[in-house]
Amino acid sequence: MGNQNDVILEMKNISRSFPGVKALNQVNLEIKKGEVLALVGENGAGKSTLMKVLAGVYSRDEGEIIYQGKSVSYHNPLEAKEDGIIIIFQELNLVSELTVAENIFLGTMPTKRFGIIDRKKIKEEARRALNELECDYDENAIVGSLSLARQQMVEIARALVHRANIVILDEPTASLTGHDKEILFRNIRRLKEQGTAIVYISHKMEEIFEISDRITVLRDGEKTGTLVTAETNRNEVTQKMIGRDLDEFYEKASTKFGEEVLRVENLTRKDEFSDISFSIRKGEVLGLYGLVGAGRSEVAETIFGIRPSSSGKIYINGQEKRILNSRSAVSLGIGFVPESRKEQGLVLGMSCKENQSLANIRYLQKFGFIQEREVSRSFQEYQDKLSISCAGPGQPVVNLSGGNQQKIVIAKWLSVNPAILILDEPTRGIDVGSKAEIHKLIARMAEAGMAILVISSEMPEIMGISHRILTIHQGSISGEFSGEEITESNLIHAITNLSVDAC
Amino acid sequence: MKNRLINFARKYPIVFILAVCIIFFSASSPVFLSSQNLTNILLQVSIIGIISIGMTLILINANIDLSVGSILAFSAALAMGLQTYGLFFSIIACLAVGTLIGALNGFLVAKAKINSFIVTLGAMMGVRGLVYIYTQERPIVGTERALIDFGSSSVGPIPVIALIFVLMLIAAELVLRYTTHGRNAIAVGGNYEAAENAGIKVERHVLFNFMFIGFTAALAGLLLVSRTNSATAFLGTNYELMVISAVVLGGTKLTGGYGSMLNTFGGVLVIGMIQNGMNLLNVHAYYSMLIMGLILILVVFIDTRFKAPVNI
Amino acid sequence: MENFFSKERLKNLLLQQGLIMAFVLLIIVISLSSDRFLTTDNIIFVFRQVSVIGIIALGMTYVLISGNIDLSVGSLVSLTAVVVVDLHDKIGPGPAIGVGLLIGLVVGALNGAFVGFLKMNPLIVTLGGLTALQGLTLIYTGGTYSVIADPDSTWYAFLGRGFIFGVPAPVIIFIVLAVILSIILTRTVYGRYVFAVGGNWKSSRFTGIRDNLMICSVFIICSLMAAIGGIVLGSRLMAAQNYVGQGYELRVIAAVVLGGTSLMGGSGSIFKTVIGALILGFIANGLIMLGYPYYVQWVVTWIIIIGAVWLDVLSKRKILWTWP
Repeated sequence: MGNQNDVILEMKNISRSFPGVKALNQVNLEIKKGEVLALVGENGAGKSTLMKVLAGVYSRDEGEIIYQGKSVSYHNPLEAKEDGIIIIFQELNLVSELTVAENIFLGTMPTKRFGIIDRKKIKEEARRALNELECDYDENAIVGSLSLARQQMVEIARALVHRANIVILDEPTASLTGHDKEILFRNIRRLKEQGTAIVYISHKMEEIFEISDRITVLRDGEKTGTLVTAETNRNEVTQKMIGRDLDEFYEKASTKFGEEVLRVENLTRKDEFSDISFSIRKGEVLGLYGLVGAGRSEVAETIFGIRPSSSGKIYINGQEKRILNSRSAVSLGIGFVPESRKEQGLVLGMSCKENQSLANIRYLQKFGFIQEREVSRSFQEYQDKLSISCAGPGQPVVNLSGGNQQKIVIAKWLSVNPAILILDEPTRGIDVGSKAEIHKLIARMAEAGMAILVISSEMPEIMGISHRILTIHQGSISGEFSGEEITESNLIHAITNLSVDAC
Repeated sequence: MKNRLINFARKYPIVFILAVCIIFFSASSPVFLSSQNLTNILLQVSIIGIISIGMTLILINANIDLSVGSILAFSAALAMGLQTYGLFFSIIACLAVGTLIGALNGFLVAKAKINSFIVTLGAMMGVRGLVYIYTQERPIVGTERALIDFGSSSVGPIPVIALIFVLMLIAAELVLRYTTHGRNAIAVGGNYEAAENAGIKVERHVLFNFMFIGFTAALAGLLLVSRTNSATAFLGTNYELMVISAVVLGGTKLTGGYGSMLNTFGGVLVIGMIQNGMNLLNVHAYYSMLIMGLILILVVFIDTRFKAPVNI
Repeated sequence: MENFFSKERLKNLLLQQGLIMAFVLLIIVISLSSDRFLTTDNIIFVFRQVSVIGIIALGMTYVLISGNIDLSVGSLVSLTAVVVVDLHDKIGPGPAIGVGLLIGLVVGALNGAFVGFLKMNPLIVTLGGLTALQGLTLIYTGGTYSVIADPDSTWYAFLGRGFIFGVPAPVIIFIVLAVILSIILTRTVYGRYVFAVGGNWKSSRFTGIRDNLMICSVFIICSLMAAIGGIVLGSRLMAAQNYVGQGYELRVIAAVVLGGTSLMGGSGSIFKTVIGALILGFIANGLIMLGYPYYVQWVVTWIIIIGAVWLDVLSKRKILWTWP
């Protein structure tokens, strides 16, 4: 495990403010050689900001960084990289049009005369790094053609080639499947054995306990403690994270179901999913559980008319309907809270009120003219109901926290009172407090008679809120569970019953 | 086999279009494939082609330059008008001014982060104004024989202007493929932030490319007047559209990150062949405009339809 | 209550209203040097000068707000002007205008279908349209000139040359269209959808807005405006030459961008566009009053566009500078 006392980097009393927010307040951090340090905290706790201060993306208001005994301050990630500190951002830093080898050497390509790239050297070194990471794919492959996990491995190969002393991984598993995660972890351990220090930013408890040696917890821009992983437990970490004990309590809606609202029969979309059949009743919460890429979102988007289906039938209230586009889906009483809030859920340039009213505005018009007073009243109503905290109806939605943004998306649909509401990863990337509120909201909506389809990759969530769970694996339904059958092992088995693609 | 053919056509639609052009025109006109006529086509497209080299780099960077026609006119006017100070001086001034205007555009795009469409739209208008101010709306005629002698000379059967174009094109293709600058161009256009984070001097890179396209426009202007020996105020009008058409026809993406000089060469040739072939067939030039417009739309159609599925 | 003239306030005013400030400054400078500049006659003259560009700019504003661009408007102006003028003596003014509008409708629907439904790049589609329509115009006329034989006896002349209470008809058309399009944009559901689609077409689709139909419709509006521009232009000239609208697309875009509508989509206003068009008009007019040749305006416009956009970029950086 290397020499545990060998501190390679120390951040002392780091503070950083953004307009209106103190993002970091007197934070101290120690990174030791050859360890995996988990940096945990809720969204907005300052994890990423702290690392961006280290890498020079942000400047610091006060504090000192001591690296290998010297005081340093970087102005951009490049300077940090040259010093052996590599940060791998959540959004991958790759050029999808270039090859794997070119990406590994991006910005630092060795050249011969006249700026001509030494291709042989690039390929050889890239190959060596990939071999070390047990990646068997071609170094000449175009990055854009690789899976997300493989792309991430390219970034890690980059760290390897540049002989990084410290590698910072910002939520690396956010979009990885189980198997890819294993490969990532194996490679993290390998780097660690070579003496590289790894900072692992995450909020997923299982992962932190699986991979880390020590855990540093941040809350609201302050460090609340550093724990040795082997000597602590989840409760202690969560307690430090949110300042109270987390009662993992999910509210399930009462099980009084009405008649069937939505029935899907043999829904198929070429190359994506096939023969999907299920039905939802009034007041029921149906969970759709599966790995990323199993076809969950695709099914939901097909029902909502975003993607055309190849074959299959959709019945709404017992009548067969053809859903040609999202407009007809909405007219039939379907609402959709999409997976990516910023890209699919909101128009970021618009205000809270405009976003909230975008779906129901067609009902708040007279002769085509918007009844602004009605719109404001409606916004007020949902702001109170969902306790959305924003400075005012005109505040740009861009400035809201993830939780409040998600509430606006949900409020947008509540205002048209759909019979069926589909929620795709409704709590991804939002803080624990808002998460619980959204779970409660889902239960309340179901009790009010909505039929709800929830997609999630978080097992506790899907188990906690659904009455019934469908598992989906490689585009087809692999199991259906309700009541007592809903257990962790049943679900895991159902979503992974076949081999998963290798790295 | 059929699939492979379709794949090839999808990947390099320009080769396909070029083949169709050649087959069609050579079938309908016996002189089309004569070496004399082919040389003619090459000569005709050289001016547009030289600017297209610069434009390809600009488009790979996910930028655009609308000011090339005006830069060409301004440089050409200077190359003619400054000959009273000596031929050498006029040539240097011509190329330097083109590069400088490119540098100004590049500065505004790279440093001030203003959309390149707007920057160069402004420059297109403004530089054209400068041309009018300088020429006073009168054509400027050159006095130095040496320039025209050079412009009308040939190396073997190949006109020197066409030779310059082809050599520059080959050099540019090599730069794009094998040098850091070329790979960085793709990185900057493909993922600006990643390029920046990887330590590529992005601003300098973009600035350089705008200077380069300014240079190519000026060189094109110089070569153009080396044949006509006269610069008018409206020289090069609409060249920006023809150049962009040629490059896009070749398959370079407006969204950046993809493109090649050989493709651009294909695009330039197609435009030249259509104009030339229509001429041979005694079809009025009006129809060639219509057809070029339709081909451009067709190429984007193929590209959108078969290559990139619309991801939601 | 803060100090009304605080430094912060002044700075914000300069940054956010930089354009209006530049406009006011420009007018003051020119009117100081020429006493004819601020006369009613001259102001009406400028309005009339910008009316055709202005009318097209109104439609272009819709297209830019929706996150697209239309380069084919200049060629469309040529085509409609040529066709309407040519048909005027053959089928009468009414039907000729009808044909002109129909051409606009068809071209707009085609552009819109390509960009909206087939998701093709608007810059290239309309660049292709620019070339193709110019070719069509030339094919239609065979390279000749269309003229209206008797300009004095047709009511068509009113559109470009007439006056209502001393205000030129093209100005009235421009203002009426501006008011209508402005109301549609700011007060109706349709207008809200245009903004939504321009801001984020994916989110719009996930909200049940038919984004492709919206995009198609803004192209139709834009082409109709270009057709109206061509009709008015034909009426003013009572003749049309093949290249009469050449370069209009860029002048129109310059006016809209100068007004402050972003090329990125999702923001902008008709009012801003009107201001932008007027600035272009006053620059041209003012410089000519000061005795400069007409082309000097292009250089000044260049400087002003860059200045205005730079200010805009600076102010955006400040406003959008938010917590990550």
